[in-house]
Amino acid sequence: MATRLQYENNCEIGVFSKLTNAYCLVAIGGSENFYSTFEAELADVIPVVKTSIAGTRIIGRMCAGNKKGLLLPHNTTDQELQHLRNSLPDSVVVQRIEERLSALGNCISCNDHVALTHPDLDKETEELIADVLGVEVFRQTVAGNILVGSYCTFSNIGGLVHPHTSIEDLDELSTLLQVPLVAGTVNRGSDVIAAGLTVNDWTAFCGSDTTATELSVIESVFKLREAKPSALVDEMRKSLIDTYV
Amino acid sequence: MSIIHEKSPKHCAEKQTTKILNKSKKKLLFYSLMFFLSILCLILLLRFILHPSNPHFSLTQVDINHLNITSPSPFLNSSIHLTLLSTNPNKRTGIYYDGFLLHASYNSHVITPDTSIPPFFQDHQQPNLLSASLLGNHHHVDPSLAAGKLPLGFTATGSLSLIAKTLAMAQGVGMFTVPQTIGSVLCCRCGILMQPNAANMCANCLRSEIDITEGLQKHVIIIFCPECNSFLQPPRTWIKAELESKELLTFCVKRLKNLNTVRMVHAEFIWTEPHSKRIKIKLKVQKEVLHGAILEQAYTVEYVVQDQLCESCARVQANPDQWVAAVQLRQHVPHRRTFFYLEQLILKHDAAKDAIRITQMDQGIDFFFGKRSHGVKFVEFVGKVAPTRSRTDKQLVSQDSKSNTYHYKYTFSVEISPICREDLICLPPKLSVSLGNLGPLVICTKVTNTIALLDPRTLRQCFLDAEQYWRSSFKALLSSRQLTEYMIIDMEEVRSEENVGGSRYVLADAHVARVSDLGKNDRHFIVRTHLGHLLSCGDYALGYDLYSANSNDFELDKYRGVIPDVILIKKSYEEKRQQRQRKSRSWKLKSLNMEVEDGTRGREHEEKMNTEYEHFLRDLEENPDLRFNLSLYRNKEYEPSMASVADGDDVPSVPLEELLADLDLADEESEEDEMVE
Repeated sequence: MATRLQYENNCEIGVFSKLTNAYCLVAIGGSENFYSTFEAELADVIPVVKTSIAGTRIIGRMCAGNKKGLLLPHNTTDQELQHLRNSLPDSVVVQRIEERLSALGNCISCNDHVALTHPDLDKETEELIADVLGVEVFRQTVAGNILVGSYCTFSNIGGLVHPHTSIEDLDELSTLLQVPLVAGTVNRGSDVIAAGLTVNDWTAFCGSDTTATELSVIESVFKLREAKPSALVDEMRKSLIDTYV
Repeated sequence: MSIIHEKSPKHCAEKQTTKILNKSKKKLLFYSLMFFLSILCLILLLRFILHPSNPHFSLTQVDINHLNITSPSPFLNSSIHLTLLSTNPNKRTGIYYDGFLLHASYNSHVITPDTSIPPFFQDHQQPNLLSASLLGNHHHVDPSLAAGKLPLGFTATGSLSLIAKTLAMAQGVGMFTVPQTIGSVLCCRCGILMQPNAANMCANCLRSEIDITEGLQKHVIIIFCPECNSFLQPPRTWIKAELESKELLTFCVKRLKNLNTVRMVHAEFIWTEPHSKRIKIKLKVQKEVLHGAILEQAYTVEYVVQDQLCESCARVQANPDQWVAAVQLRQHVPHRRTFFYLEQLILKHDAAKDAIRITQMDQGIDFFFGKRSHGVKFVEFVGKVAPTRSRTDKQLVSQDSKSNTYHYKYTFSVEISPICREDLICLPPKLSVSLGNLGPLVICTKVTNTIALLDPRTLRQCFLDAEQYWRSSFKALLSSRQLTEYMIIDMEEVRSEENVGGSRYVLADAHVARVSDLGKNDRHFIVRTHLGHLLSCGDYALGYDLYSANSNDFELDKYRGVIPDVILIKKSYEEKRQQRQRKSRSWKLKSLNMEVEDGTRGREHEEKMNTEYEHFLRDLEENPDLRFNLSLYRNKEYEPSMASVADGDDVPSVPLEELLADLDLADEESEEDEMVE
C-alpha cells in the first residue's frame, strides 16, 4: 500500500530516504513526522535508521543499496559509516567506495538481483557493486538520460521509469531486469521518478503531490494492492473451491 | 636561307581531317575505358566491404518414419522428415533463397522425388530453420541394396542471391539504431492514456489547472468620433479605421496592456452588431507553463465604444464656416485673364486643396483655409507664379488668458501687379534709365514671378521682379482690349533672327494698314516690329494704334523722342477663325469650384465673362509656352470636322501629344492616366 507524505513540505521523498527489503534509511529532519511515518509502517519488520551522509540530508541520492549491502560515497564521514554499521543488520555489508561520481543514488538503481548503472562508472566500482550488492550490473540509459538512478526505480516485483521512455527501450530494460516495467510519472507529472518515490517489495512511499492516477499506476506495477490480507484469502478461496454444486 | 616546305592544300586538308578523327576516337576510347574501370572498382569495393560468403548449413534433425524395401522387385518406400539450419554469416548482407529442391539419395541414386522449399529472405547473421518431408514411393532400386546400413545423402539445389541491406550500408560502420516508438502514459490527473509531454498532463487537465490569460485585460473602453469615423489613441492621435478592418485590429491589440507576458499567435474579430457599440476580438496566446510545456489558449476581449467628437469635428460642428486664414487675391485690371490662368495653375499644382471655401469676387478671388499655415503656403505659391505684394493682418476671436491660448483670424491681402502679357507700357524715365535706357515704350511679353519687358524697336529684353516693380509701380498704357487689327502690306527684314530671352524675334520693317482703313482711305504706316519671323505679306496682325490713341499718360506726354504710330503685338487669326466655325475644341480645361457672388450683375456680365474665357482659350492655343505649365485634358466629345483637313494654313491648335487623358473613374471603361508629353 503506497503512503503519501512530505519531508519538511517537500514532496521529493526519494531524496531524503532510502528503502530496501532489509532496512530503511531516513534523513534527519526538523520535525519527527517523516521518521514517524516510516516507523509506523515498518518498525516491526525492518530497522528504520536516521542518518546523514557526508553531512547532508539528501541521503537517498547519495547511497545505493539492497538487502545484501549498502554502498556509500567517498565523502561519508567515519562517524556516519560507523553509525550505519552499528544500526544495520549484520547481513548487510556497508561499504564506502572511492568513485568520482559520488551521488551513488543517482548513478545506481538496483533491486536484489539486478542493477542499472551510469554508463560512465568506473570498472572497479562496477565490480564492487556486483560484489557488495550481489547483483548483475548493466550499464544503461533511460529515455536518453544517463542518470539511471534518478529516472527509474524498481523492486523485485516491478518498476517505474521515465515517462518519455520508448516502447523498445521499455522492452529492452524489462528483459534485462526481468521485472515488468511501466512508464509513468510521480508527484503530479514530475519525471524524476526515483526522487519522488521510494519502494520495496511490499510497501512504497511517495510525495503528497502524487495524484490518484499516479498512485494507482504505482500500486499496480509494484503489486502493492495484493499485499492486503483479503487478497490472500480470495486467492486461497479460488483454489479451494473446485466446482460449485 | 630557310627551307620552306610547301604542301598542297589538298594534302593539308586530308591530314587535318584524319587528325580530327583520331582525336574523337581517342576520346571515345578514353571515356569508355574510364567507365569500365570505374564499374570494376565499384564491384571490387562492394565485394571488399560486404565480404559476401555463402550460408552455412547444418542438419539439426532427421526423422525417418518409414524406410523399407519390398521384395520381390526391389522397391524402396521411404518417408523422411528433415530439419536443416542455415545461418547467414555475413554482417551486412542478407540472403534471398529463391526456392530449393530437396531430395534424398543413396549412392547417387535418387530415392525420393524433389520436394520444394518456398523462397524466403534471410537477414544478416540470422539463423533459419528449414524443414521438409521427403516421401518416396516405389522407387526402383538396385537389388544389391538388400540389407545393412544405408548411407543416405541429401541434396539441395537452388539459387541464392545476396542482398546488401541498404540501411546498414547507409550507416556505414556506425551503430545500428532501433526505431523508437513513443509509448503512452496515463495523465497524472485524469488518468487517460496520452503521449508523454513536458508536463505529463493531458491538455484538458493542463488547461483546467492553469489559466495563462490571468492578469490580461478582457474589457477595454475605446473612444470613437462618429463624424470622421476615427478612434482615439491617447493622448491626441485619431486613427481613421473602418469596422472589422486591419487598422482597427492593430489599434485594438495595441490598446491591450500586459500582452507582452504572453506570445500572441492569432487575433480576429468576432462579429458584433454595429449598433451595439461593442467590438469583440478573439485572441490566441501561448505561454510556457510548468516543466517547459507550452500551452495555447484562446480568449475574448470586449471593447466598449464610446462616442466623442474629435477636436476638428467639434470645431466644424460649432461653426461650419469657420475659417482661420483667408487669402484675398486681387488684381486691379478690368479683365480676368490672369485669374483664368491662375486658376489652371492652382489646379495643376493642387495649391488649393486645403481651402475650405473659394469665392469669386470682383477683381479677384478669396480663398479660406482652416489653418494659418495653409494660408501662408498658398500665399507663397502665388508669389512664385505672379509678381505680388502682400500684407497680413490678424483679428482676435477668442482667448484663454489662464492657459495663454489665443485664437485669431488671419487675413492675407495679396495684390497681383496690373501688368499683363501683351500690355503696352510707357516706362517712367527713372526706371527707363536704370534699366539701361530701355525705350520708354515697351511690351510686356511674359509675366511669371518676374515681368519681362521687350523693347520692340531694339529687341532688348529686361526682367523686373516683384520688388522692383512695386518700387516704381507703373501702369500699362494700353492693354490687350485695345488692340486693333492691321493688315501687312509689306515686310522687310532688318536684322536676322535673334534669340532674345528664350524666344526668337526678327527685327523687321513692316508696311501696315489698319483693316478698318482698308478700302476707305489710304492711310498706311511703316513700323519697325519684332514680329518679322511670324508675319509676312498679306497676314493680319494685332497691334496698338498709337496714332489715334488718346492716352492720358504723363510719361508719354513728357517724352521727347519719337513715338511710333503702331506697335504690332501678335498675329491675328480672326479671319481664319471665322472661316473655320469650329465650335468645339479637341481639348478642355478643368475648373475650381468657386462660389460666385452674383445677383446684381446680370446677363451682360455673363456674356462678357464668356468672351473673355474664349479669348483666354485662344491665347492658350496660340501660345505653346503659356500652356506649358498647365494641364490640358482631352475632350471626349470632340469630333474633328471634315473641313479642317482641307484648310491650308491652319489656325493654331493644341497638338494631341500635349493633352492629358483625363482620369475617368466611371464604371464602363477605365482610362490609363498617362502623361503623354
